Amino acid sequence: MRLLKLVPDDTNIKFLKYRIPFYVVSILLIIASWGLVLTQGLNFGVDFAGGQEVRVTFEDRETAPISELRQQLGTLGYGEPTIQRFGDANSVSIRVQLPEGTEDQPGAANAIGEEVVSEIQSEFENVRRDANETVSGKVAGEFRERSVWALLGAMLAISLYIWVRFEWQFGVGALFALFHDVSLTLGMFALFQLEFSLQIIAAILAIIGYSLNDTIVVYDRIRENLKKYRKMPLPELLDLSVNETLARTVMTSLTLLVALLPLLLFGPASLFGLVAAITLGIFVGTYSSVYMAAPILIWLGVTSDSFVPQETVADRQERKARGEI
Amino acid sequence: MLDFPLWKRIMLWAITLVFAVAALPSIASLTGMNLPSFLDDQPEINLGLDLAGGSHILLEADPSQVAEQRLESTEESVRDLMANAEPRINIGDVSTLNNRLSFMLEDPSDIDRAREELRDVLNGSGLVAEWRLDVVDGNRMILTQTEQGLDEAVEGAMESATEVVRRRIDALGTREPTIIRQGDTRIVVQVPGLEDPQALKDLLGQTANLEFKLVDANALPSDVAQGIANPGSEIVPYAEDSDFAGGFEAVRRLGGIRGDRLTGAQQGFDPQTNEPVVNIQFDPQGGARFAQLSTQNVGKRFAIILDDHVISAPNFNEPILGGSAQISGGFSVETANSLAIQLRSGALPVDLTVIEERTVGPDLGRDSIIKGGIAMAVGSLLVILLMIASYGRFGVYATVALVLNVLMILGIMALINSTLTLPGIAGFVLTVGAAVDANVLINARIREERNRGRRVIAAVENGYKEASRAIYDANITNFIAGALLLGFGSGPVRGFAIVLIIGLITTVFTSVFLTRMWVASWLRAKRPTELIV
Repeated sequence: MRLLKLVPDDTNIKFLKYRIPFYVVSILLIIASWGLVLTQGLNFGVDFAGGQEVRVTFEDRETAPISELRQQLGTLGYGEPTIQRFGDANSVSIRVQLPEGTEDQPGAANAIGEEVVSEIQSEFENVRRDANETVSGKVAGEFRERSVWALLGAMLAISLYIWVRFEWQFGVGALFALFHDVSLTLGMFALFQLEFSLQIIAAILAIIGYSLNDTIVVYDRIRENLKKYRKMPLPELLDLSVNETLARTVMTSLTLLVALLPLLLFGPASLFGLVAAITLGIFVGTYSSVYMAAPILIWLGVTSDSFVPQETVADRQERKARGEI
Repeated sequence: MLDFPLWKRIMLWAITLVFAVAALPSIASLTGMNLPSFLDDQPEINLGLDLAGGSHILLEADPSQVAEQRLESTEESVRDLMANAEPRINIGDVSTLNNRLSFMLEDPSDIDRAREELRDVLNGSGLVAEWRLDVVDGNRMILTQTEQGLDEAVEGAMESATEVVRRRIDALGTREPTIIRQGDTRIVVQVPGLEDPQALKDLLGQTANLEFKLVDANALPSDVAQGIANPGSEIVPYAEDSDFAGGFEAVRRLGGIRGDRLTGAQQGFDPQTNEPVVNIQFDPQGGARFAQLSTQNVGKRFAIILDDHVISAPNFNEPILGGSAQISGGFSVETANSLAIQLRSGALPVDLTVIEERTVGPDLGRDSIIKGGIAMAVGSLLVILLMIASYGRFGVYATVALVLNVLMILGIMALINSTLTLPGIAGFVLTVGAAVDANVLINARIREERNRGRRVIAAVENGYKEASRAIYDANITNFIAGALLLGFGSGPVRGFAIVLIIGLITTVFTSVFLTRMWVASWLRAKRPTELIV
C-alpha cells in the first residue's frame, strides 16, 4: 500500500533566507491593518454598535425586495439601514443602527426594533420573522469592553505560559506572532467592511489558539534541536526545525481546512462570518508561525545555552544512549 | 510504552464507554431513534435558543428608581411618625433633594424626641443602618441613604421583581422558561419555542402599578390642560390607547387605593357594551376600603390609574360592596388579558427595561441544525479520508479515536447539562479538524524516526514521547484561550468555548492515550518489522 505524502520527507527549503523582506512586508501589513481599522473603522454589528437586526423571509417571493425595503425603512428616520441577502435569495438581514445620542437610553434599541418589524409586516405580506436581535447601547458597550479584555488577556496569558515553558525570547516571539494574526484579521474586516460581531471575537480567539498550535510545534522542535546541535548557526537550525515540522504543518492546516470548508460552503448562514474568519486565520496563523515567530528568535539572541541549565540527568542519559555525547 | 497492563486497558475503555454512551440519549432525540429503555431517563444536551428557537431577553432595573421610591416612602413614614407622636412634633420645610430627606423642627427642643421616633426608620428591619442622620443648626434633620441600605433595598426589589416576572411568564403557559438574576440589577429570561416575543416583552415591560384615586372635582379644565393642579392634587395624563388619549385628569394625591390588594384579575366582557374589560377582586381589606371609598363618594368620579396613566375615570354610581370591580377603557382582548395577567402576578417593584433581545424562529433553528449537521458529517468524512490515505493503519486508529472523541464530547456535555449552540457546532467542526493534529504530530514523528533508521518499536515509542510535549503545550495554550472566551464571552459564543474546552481534554485522551493503547496491542500481537506510516 502506498501512502499519500503531501510533503516529501527530506525537504530543505530555505525559509529564513528571505526573513528580512518577509518581516518588512509583514510589519507594513500590520501597520496598514491598524491604519484601516483606525480610519475606516470596523463595521460593528448590533452586538457592538447597539441597535437592531432582524432576519426575515418573504415566503411568497423568489427574491427579497431589497431596494423597496431600503427605501421604505429609510423613511423611519434612523438613517440608511443595512440590508443584505442572508442565506436563501428571499431572506434578508436588516440592520438598523442606534441613532446617535441614544446610547444611554436603555429602551431605545428595543423601541426601534418594534418599529422596524411592524413597518415591514404592515407593508409586505407573508413575511416570516426568522430572527431578531436587539442590543441596547449599554450592553453593546459592555460587549466591546469585555471583548478587548478577552483578546488582550488571551494573548498575554498564552505568552506568559510560553515564557514559563520555554524562554522569554519564545514568549515574545509568540506574542508578536499573535499580534500579527489579530492585526491582520482586524485589518481584513476593516478593509472589506465585513460585519464584526461577538462571533468574530470567538473566531479570533480560535485563531489565536490554532496559530499558537503551530508556533508551539515549531518552537518545540527548535528547543529540541538547540539541545541536539550545539554548534549549528541559529538561522540554519531554525530552517531545519521548520523543515522537519513541515509535513505536520501542511497536514494539520489541510485537515482543518477540509473540515471547515463544508461549513463555509453549505453551513448555516449565521455561521458564515465565524467560519470565514477562522478559515482566513488558518492561513495567517500558519504563515506567522514560520515567518514571524521563528526569525524573531535570531534577533532576540536565542542560543543553545538558553536550554543547557535545564538539561536534566535523564536528558543527558538519553543523549548518551543516542550516541550524541 | 508497550506495557499496557490489564487494569490500565480496562480503565481507558471504561472511561471511553461511559462518556460515549452518555452521548446516545442526545443523539437519539436529535435523530428520532429509539433507545433501550435503560437510557431513557438519562441527561441530554440542551439545545440553545439559536438552534431550538426561542427568545432570550435581558431586563435591567434602574437602581436610582429604587432610591427614589425609598425616599418617598420614608418621607411618608417620617410625616406619620411626627404627626402621631405624643405630643405631636411639628415639622416643616420638608424636601427630598439629592437622595436626601431633610426637614426642620419647629421647636428645636423636640430634637431628642424626634431622634427617638426616627430610630426604627434609621435602622430598618435588617442588620445594617439604612439611613444616616445628621443634625444641622440644631433643628434641621437630614436623612441620607446609606450605601448598604440602598444595596439591600435594590436586592430586595430585584428579588421580588424576579418573582413577579416568573409569575407573569408562567401565566403565559410557555414551556420551560428560564428566569435567572444576573449581576445586581439584571434578569435574564429565556423562553424556548416562542412565536411572538413582542407579547412577552409587552408583558414584562409594564410595571402594572394600579391605583384608584378620586378625581379633583374642583379643578378647572383650563388649569388641568395647562398642567396646573390645586394643592393636594396632581395632573395625570390619559394612557395612549385609552378613549381620551392626549387628555389629562386632575386627581387627589391622597386617600386612594392601591391595586396591590387583589386576589384575582380576569379578562371579561362588559355585559352592556360587549367591550373587553378586566374584572378584579380585592382581598378583604382592600374590598373594605373600596366599599368605604365608594360609599362616601357616590356620584363622584374616580380615576383608574395604571403606571401613572389614566385608563378611565368612571362614576361611583352606587356603593361597591362586593369586593370586586370592573376596569374598562379602550382595551382589546389581548391588552385586557395581558393586564389581567400583570395584575394577578403583582406589580413590579421597579421598572424593567429590555436591554437585549435575541429571538430565533423555530424554522431557522431547525434549518441550522440540519445544515450544520450535514457540514459536520461531510467535513469529518473528508478528514477521515485524508487521514487514512496519509497514515494507513495509523490513520484508521486516528479515525476511530476521532469518532469516540466526538461521542465523548457530546456525552460530557450531556452529563454536565450544558447547552449546544450554533457556534458550538462550529466548535465541533474545529475540534474535528484539530483533533487529528495530535495524531498527525505523532505519526509524522514516527515516520521521521523510522527514516533515521530506528527500529519499529523504538520509532513508535519515540514518536509518542517526543510528540507528546508539543501536544500538551499546544492544548494547554488553547485551553487558556478557551477559558478566556468562556469568562468574557456571552450567550451563544460561550457555547463555542464550552465545546472547544471539552474537546481539548477529550482530544488528548483519545488521540494520545487510546491510540497508543491500540498501537501497543497491535505491535505486541504482530511484532511487525516494517511500518507503513
